[in-house]
This record gives sequence, structure tokens and C-alpha cells, in this order.
Amino acid sequence: MRKVYADTVVIGGGAAGLAAAIKLKDLSVNKVILVDDRERLGGILPQCIHTGFGVHYSKRDLTGPEFAEELSSFVLDRGVDVFLNSYALELRYVDYYEKSVIVASRKGLIDVRTRTVIVATGARERTVYEIGIFGDRPAGVYTAGMVQALMDLYGVMPGKEVVIVGSGDVGLIVARRLAMQGATVKAVIEVKPWPGGLIRNIVQCLEDFGIPLLLSHAVRRIVGHERVERVIVTKVDDKLSPIPNTEFEIKCDTVVIAAGLKPEVQLLERAGALIDPVTGGPVVNEYLETSLPGVFVAGNALVINDLVDTVAEQGETAAEGAVLFMNDKLIAKYYLRVICGSNVRFIVPQVLMGLKEEITLYGRVIMPMRRAVIRIPELMLSMQQAMITPAEIFKVNISERKISKVVKLHKLTINVLESR
Amino acid sequence: MIEVKKLTCIVCPVGCKIEVMLDNNRIIEIKGNMCLRGAEYAKSEVLNPVRPFFAVIKVKNGELPVVSVKSNKPIPKECIRKMIKELSRVKLKAPIKAGEVVVKRLECLDVDLIATRTIEERSSHLSSKP
Repeated sequence: MRKVYADTVVIGGGAAGLAAAIKLKDLSVNKVILVDDRERLGGILPQCIHTGFGVHYSKRDLTGPEFAEELSSFVLDRGVDVFLNSYALELRYVDYYEKSVIVASRKGLIDVRTRTVIVATGARERTVYEIGIFGDRPAGVYTAGMVQALMDLYGVMPGKEVVIVGSGDVGLIVARRLAMQGATVKAVIEVKPWPGGLIRNIVQCLEDFGIPLLLSHAVRRIVGHERVERVIVTKVDDKLSPIPNTEFEIKCDTVVIAAGLKPEVQLLERAGALIDPVTGGPVVNEYLETSLPGVFVAGNALVINDLVDTVAEQGETAAEGAVLFMNDKLIAKYYLRVICGSNVRFIVPQVLMGLKEEITLYGRVIMPMRRAVIRIPELMLSMQQAMITPAEIFKVNISERKISKVVKLHKLTINVLESR
Repeated sequence: MIEVKKLTCIVCPVGCKIEVMLDNNRIIEIKGNMCLRGAEYAKSEVLNPVRPFFAVIKVKNGELPVVSVKSNKPIPKECIRKMIKELSRVKLKAPIKAGEVVVKRLECLDVDLIATRTIEERSSHLSSKP
């Protein structure tokens, strides 16, 4: 097998990987290889033709394809070695200073030996088979991402009468896109009692087009011989289980599954990295280093993000971490667990090691909360926020000086409480 | 004639339910908003609701059959579907560069449509390295 040497290998050419590669070059890393399995850089950005990308990173409100082209041109200008149509088959932790990434390319297998790796493999969509929908398996069932790719990369209209399962931002944006192009979106169906997406998207994607949102409802069955004919919907109670005798049907020819994303962590898992069962991504420290020293992660492979700007920010943080690692400056001072307290589903990073002066914690709540207070009892810290919802990741910035004083407590607990 | 318009504020995650009372299209009262930014939003949303516009247009002889485009400024909300219909009749020719104006002064609206990605000609598409 052909061997190639690098300082850092970035796996994935989406927003996280591109931002990481740019930052690595800006920090004067000599040999950066970026591996991507598609024909072009950008990951899923080119199929997200709506605006809202790069507001913080580029200081402009761009569409997905524009943001992808901007990042790609930065990467190429800086002399990153880009391997397209190349699939990272395996990640192997050889020793502290050497990792191996086996890449399948059009010219055969390549063994890339590298000091550091940044995994930016993004996420995959949850499918119809993972969310408890039974019944027939006719044509006309798509994931939201497939619909975006069909419509906005290949100009194909997937159907005429559509039911969308899931009210996260992706589901809402796809509902709008279908409605704009003349499809009838019969309903967006959400199992939880509150919408999964941002209010902005509820208003501009659903209300603008008169699309009904059915909260506390679930699709139970898909019915159709060759093509989808209808779906059977039921109400659910507050434990999300179906309420008997509330079934009704909605006629449609297309079902779009927008039931969330899962971090793509196969490479990391097989290499032996510790995975957080709640985020589905790896356990990381404040430089987004996994439990494998010198292997970092960023973007949706780390945790499902809402904004591309957060993804790019994580790419940059991972790149900074990789550079410190190569300079032998990424050495743990202590080991502090970050604990999810009241109304907190997850916090990333999960572990703090005294590596970074300004720390950003990313978290998601379980339930929406008005007049919320983020409270960290160990630091006697309270921060007010008008509203925190599961639709938006909340961020907590803390300086390391404060944390270093409470190291003996071995943990930090993040609570989101209602203020009285 | 007095009418009441109800809307959800999108300025921040709180999402106040705002009611705007109108007398012959003149605002006489705004209530339900918790802050001034909400009132500003309600005013513009009731008097002149606009949205950013984006879509795809068919491309002849391109590496992909469509190109994504956006308007150079927001358009009135009620024009979105009409614009899409109008665009279904347009066919562009590859190559197209990102940032290029592909449709000038669309409809009666004073907006241009700009390509948001580059589409190369089909034949000139190079396969990549290594």
C-alpha cells in the first residue's frame, strides 16, 4: 500500500473540515491533507440553498452553496492537499505520535501516516426504520436531506402531496422548499408537545405557506401499494405513547422523514474512542480532542449543531488543539467532569483538563424554559436568559482561572432552572 | 375599517404573540410584545412583509441540471410563488459563475437573481486527484 505522510489529516470536506483546514494553514502547519468522499468540497452545504450561513464566520448572510465556495477557495488558496472521491476506510491509533488513515481513492488504497487527525465526518439522517413507523414500504419515502439533494442539486420534484415527519429546522426548511415549488404540504407532524425548530422557521416556513403543524402527533403507519397512498396518524400523550382511538389518515404521495441526525462516528468507534451515548458523538476535552490523544473532532460528528457558524468554530478549535498537540503543549493539568444537571440533555466538552484559557461549553436543554437561569453551583455562577429551547444550543463561556480554583470538586454541574 | 392581525415575533427565541390593530392600514395599537424590537418587527411585518428569495433554475449542458440562485434583495412575501412559476420557464446555459447575475429585473419587481454556485460545462468537468 502506498504510504503518504502528513502533519494533520482532516476527514470530511464540509463546513467543519474546511474551517479546520483553513485554520491549520493559518497556524502554519506544513502538510495538511483533507479527505472527502464526494466529487466536490462543501459537504451538505451546496444542497442548502437558503440563507443563514456564515453570519458570524464570514460576517455576511450567505446561502449554503456560497458559503461552501468561499470556504473551498480559502482551502485551495492555502495549499491544503485535497483528496476528493476518496473514502477514509479506517482510522488507526498507532502510537501517541502516529496515526494511520487508510484511504480508498481512485488510484487505490493509500496509508496516510499522520501526527494528528481531525474527524469532521458530519452526521447521517435517521431513517424511517429508526423511528417506529410501520406498514408498507412503497416508493415515495425520503429523508429530508434526500429531498434537498433531489430538488436543489438535481432539479427533481419528489412528489405532490407531502407529509413531513419531524419539526426540526431541517424538516421546516424542506417543507418551505416543497411548498415554494408548488407541492401541497399536508402537515408537519411532531411527536413532542413543542416544535423542534426555531420560531423564525415556524413562522417563515410554515405560517407563511399555511402548512399545519400537528404537535403531540405521530405517524404510525405508511400505507401504499407501489407509491405512498396515505399515512395513519395518532395523537400521543405526554409520555409520547399513542392514545387509543385517536387514529386518522392523511392522504399523500410522499413522506419526508426529518427525524433528526446522528453523528457519524464509525471511524472513531472502531479506533476505540469513547462515545457519549447522549450526544452520539465522542467524549472530548476543551480542544475537542477525543479519548485518543491527537485525534480531534468537530462539527456534527461531535454533536448535532443548529448553526454552521458553531460548526466552523468547532473546526477552528480542533485545529488549534492539533497545533498545540504537535508542539507538545496539550498536556492535561487536571481532570474535571462536566455533569448534566437539571433540564440539561448534554454538555460538550464532557471533560475539562485545564488546557484552554477561555472555555466554551455547548449544551442542549430537554424542555423549553422561559426566564431561564443557567446555574453552575461549583462556581457559584448564574446567568439569566429570556428563553432557552431545545431548538437552540446554548453556550456558556467560562474562563479557566475560575475553574482551576474548584478542581478539588472534580466536577462542574450545569443546571438550567426557572427563575422566580 | 378596523382589523386585528396576529403574528409571532421572530426577533428572539421568546416568540411573543403580538396583536396589531389596524385602522385602514394605519397601525393604531401593538400589544403582546415584551420589548421594543418586537414592536419594530410587527410594524414592518404588517405594513411590508418581505422575505429573502432563493430557488433553482434549469441549466443546459451543465455538470448539474440546475443552479441555485438568490435575489439581490428581499422580495414581498406574496410574490414568492409567482416568481417560482415565472422561473420554471427560464433555462440558462452553462458555464455559470457564482455571483453572476443570471436574471435581470425579474417581473415587475426591481430585483436581480444571482447564481449562488458555479456550474461548469458538462464536457469540461475534470475528475479529481489523486
